[in-house]
This record gives sequence, C-alpha cells and structure tokens, in this order.
Amino acid sequence: MKGWMWWVAVFALAALVPLFGPSGYVLDIGVNIMIYAILAYGLNVLLGYTGQLPLAHAGFFGIGAYATGILTLKLGWSFWLAWPVAVAISALAGLLLGLVAFRTKGDTFAIFTLGVGVIIMLVINKWDALTGGNDGLNGIMPPAGLEALSKSVGLKLSGGFYYLALISLALTVIAVARARGSVFGRSLIAIRGGDDLARSAGIDVYSHKLRAMMLSTAIAGFAGGLYATYLGFLGSAATGPIQTFTILLYLLVGGLGTLAGPLLGPALMYTLAQNLKGLQDYQYIVFGPLLVLLIMFAPQGIAGLWMRLTARRTPPPAAPPTQKEASRAGS
Amino acid sequence: MLEVKNLGIHFGGNHAVQDVTASIEAGKITAIIGPNGAGKSTFFNLISGFYQPTSGSIQFLGQDITRLPTHDVVARGIARTFQTTTIYRELSVLDNAMIGHRVRTRAGLWDALLRTGRERHDEEESRAGGMAALERVGLAAQAGLPAGALTQEGQKRVGIAMALSSDPKLLLLDEPAAGMNPEETVNLMALIRELVVGGLSVVLVEHKMSLVMGLADEILVMHHGQKIAEGTPAQVSRDPAVIEAYLGSHAHGGQMGQATNGDAPAPGAVQLTKESKHA
Repeated sequence: MKGWMWWVAVFALAALVPLFGPSGYVLDIGVNIMIYAILAYGLNVLLGYTGQLPLAHAGFFGIGAYATGILTLKLGWSFWLAWPVAVAISALAGLLLGLVAFRTKGDTFAIFTLGVGVIIMLVINKWDALTGGNDGLNGIMPPAGLEALSKSVGLKLSGGFYYLALISLALTVIAVARARGSVFGRSLIAIRGGDDLARSAGIDVYSHKLRAMMLSTAIAGFAGGLYATYLGFLGSAATGPIQTFTILLYLLVGGLGTLAGPLLGPALMYTLAQNLKGLQDYQYIVFGPLLVLLIMFAPQGIAGLWMRLTARRTPPPAAPPTQKEASRAGS
Repeated sequence: MLEVKNLGIHFGGNHAVQDVTASIEAGKITAIIGPNGAGKSTFFNLISGFYQPTSGSIQFLGQDITRLPTHDVVARGIARTFQTTTIYRELSVLDNAMIGHRVRTRAGLWDALLRTGRERHDEEESRAGGMAALERVGLAAQAGLPAGALTQEGQKRVGIAMALSSDPKLLLLDEPAAGMNPEETVNLMALIRELVVGGLSVVLVEHKMSLVMGLADEILVMHHGQKIAEGTPAQVSRDPAVIEAYLGSHAHGGQMGQATNGDAPAPGAVQLTKESKHA
C-alpha cells in the first residue's frame, strides 16, 4: 500500500465517524485531536525537518486565535475573512521573530524563542483593552453558515465543526507533505544536517530558515483560528510555554520529522489524557515514565517504530551490496 | 582565475592568515601545503566565503567576492568539500548530490505549496544535475543507497559529487585523502585528474606528500599564516625556506614525519619528492 493511500483511507474513515451519530463528547475529542495535530504539524516543519527547536510555538497559536477572536468580536469581521488574515498575521509575526532569532543557533535559539513565547503570553495576558486580559475573550461566534450547513445534511453544529477540522487537517497535511517533498524541503533537510554543511553546499540558510519559520507559524495561527471559533472563549493560558511543551511531547511521541507523527502523537496522548483526567495532576505519574520508555525504546516515536517494524518484515527487493562491493563498483 | 591580495584574518590577537597574496590559475591543480597550524584550512575558509577576512581582497574571474556570503560564492562557481567525510549520512547518495544543486534552482515555498511549473522543472533539473554529478565521480550505481553505507572513499566521492552538482568552475578540496589507504588514494588522484581534464580547476589542502607531489601543477607553501613559497613541485621541494619550515617544525615535535620514512632526516635530504611513498 502506497503512502498516500494510507492517508486517503485514514481520512475516509475519519469522515465516516459523525454519520454513526456519536456522542458530542466523542466529536469534541476528535476536534481537539485535530487542532492539536495541526499545531504539531507546524512544529514539525521547524523541529522535524529544519532541525530548529522553537519554543514560542504556542505563542503563534495564540496570535492566530486572538487575531481571529478580536477581528470577529471587536471589528465584526466574518470568520471566513478573519481566519486567513489571522494566518497571515501569524506568518508575519513568525518572520519578525525569525529575523532576529535566526542570528542565534542551537540551544541559544531555543532559549531565545522560549523567552519570546513567554513575552507573547504576557502581552496577551496584560493587554486588557485588546485581549480582555485575565478575563479572556468571550463569545466568539461559530463560523457564519456552519450551523445551517450542518443542519441541511442532518448534523448538529458539533458535526459541522468536526468536518471543518477534518478539512483543515487535510489541507495542513497536504501543505506540509508538499513542502517536505520539494526542492525547498530538501534544503530544509540539508539545514537540519548542519548549518555549515548546508551553507557550503550553496544553500542560503538564513532565508530558508525564515521561510520554514513562516510556514510553521502560519500553520500554528491556522490551528489558533479554528480553536478560537470552536471554543468561543480564549484565555492566555493556552498561548504559553506549557502549551508549547505539550505539543512538543505529542510530536515526540508521534515521531519527529515524519508525516504521520504529528497526527499519531496527539491522537494517542490527547485520548490518554482525557481518560486520566480523574487523576488530575497525578496523571503525570503515568506520562513521565511513558515518555522515558519512549525515548529509550522508540526515539523516533510511534511512526519511527512502525517504520522499523515494517522494514524488518518486508525484505528489500534486491540484496543491497555490501560496503566493499559498493565502493568497488564506485571506484 | 582567483586573485588573492594581502589577505588576512585574525581571531583576537592570533593572526591565522596574514598578508597572503597569490593567484590560482585556471585548469590547474594547485596544492596548499604547510605544517600543522600554518593557516591552510583558514585560507580555504576565506576563499570559500566561510570566514570574512579582516584585511585584503579576493577576486574571482575578475569580480570581487571578498564579502560575499558562502552561498553566493558557490553561485559564482566556487565549491568546496570538508576535511572529514562531512555529508548527509542518513540521506541517499542521490539526495546528497541534489542538495548541492540547490544553488542552481529557484523554486521556493510557494512553488512547493502550489506545485507550480517551476517546482516541477527545478525538481527534475535537480535530479538530472545530481545524477550527472554522481556519474562524474562514479557513484551512479549507488544513487539509491544511504550515503552512510558507503566506504570512506565512497563517502568522500559523495562529498565531491555534492560540490560538483553546484556546477563549479573552481573546486576546493580540504584534505581529500585523509583517512584513506594507499589504494584509495590512487583512485582519488585519478578522479581529480579526470575532473581537471574535464575543464575544472582544483585547489587542495593536503598532508600526504605522495599525493601532492604526484598531482599538483603548482604548490603554495604556508607557514605561520604566511605564504613562504610558490612554484612547481620541483621548485618548492628545493626551496630553502620550505626545508627550514618543515625541519624547524620537526625539531619542535611537529609533523615533518609525514613526508619522511620516520628516520631522522639529514639536513638537506628532506623527502619532499615523488619517491616518498610512505605518506
């Protein structure tokens, strides 16, 4: 089965779910998983493909969410206009951060962006006039026409939101898969292997990093807009470093640098977290050891584990030449 | 083709390269030699735009490239390899070569997202450019293998293919024979000769005297960050300043031994010649 066929099958199955009349709770978990998955895809562009660890990711999720909320609530824009504008604002904010942050490398970059992430959350939390401060933004409306459209096909609004999230996720997967499989994406992989090597191979490292950052933050803003209209309420807590590290955990569990990982991670971890909610803070007693085991036995996450298992099961079409033969044939 | 004037760089108070004036001729193999710490690699990093010089200028084909960033230098036609087998070991051999071709393509993020004609064209072009480079280094049959699965020599060839796929006019090789056995070294020398016959100019930094003496048309000798001699292998190996530099560094526990049999050399009998097979 080819890669894209898996994806079609997964999305087709996911699209069938609302037709069986599931409870609102199941649909809610589905929508949340998809929002987190989109967010994880954004992080994967920078961390998984380009090898840069940005710790302000939830900040851009917040910028997208609050831009959508403010444009619809305070300026009365339609969601369908506010959403793409919020994505553009997130991309632009990412560009501004990148212009400065990419003067640093490695750990310094991670720490710098962590600081920026905290600042974004604080600004959102303190700017009462614009963001509602501690009280947050209340009463963001569902997208115009979504409820009517849902009713016309016999679904509730929650079913409509489910399909909106599913389409958004599909668009994100297509965009990321295309970016990864392109001439541009190969250059990102080259940068992941080391700035200096990429530079001497003739790649304009700075400009490629900037564009990867914009794609990453645009996707974060895309998830943010969806989150804003779905929840109807925004608080600054969802835009801070804890949220960033949650996404990072999801991505690590799913599989860094893979196309399936950003979906598998949230699907597993969010479901698990919902089931462990009764434990409250003690749920970390489950999460902690799980993460340790994962790093020990499956450093490439679930997707990496899957690839390793299937690679072992299916023998390669022709025996690859041994090292000696390979070099002899090459010389 | 490459004119270097009064080139210098200092890191703090340490003048790694100082006041070097030299010219590299087209269609030739120029070797840069000198004891450890002579500034050879730093000189390389200056030419390739990896370091910004603190003084002097670099002209390539009549154009000033002194302050250009590395990727612009590559675009002008100077490509380099690294001392160690620095390649993308987890990627395929072909992917490595295609990465080097990036500088000849223009497709960006929008082209990728929208699958534009330019994206498809550039992708095909990259594949063709990468394969052409692999054919030049004799790795076309290994295109699909992970680069890390090749031998040391194979990986060196991948590195050279990566540089070649940027379609350079001048190729800089930083210690290409490091870590190679004598047989592999001979193969590599044949490859470098082939490339030069094909119209490429080559500058290399190398410790192995057998390779330098057997390959180079011109030799540039550096010591303490300065150029102390320049000429054909025969001229350079007779140059008193060169002999002094090597003997001097040997007396202080340097690495003269690389050019000798390990016997204490009598003054004036320095084996900087082709007959030195032990390097």
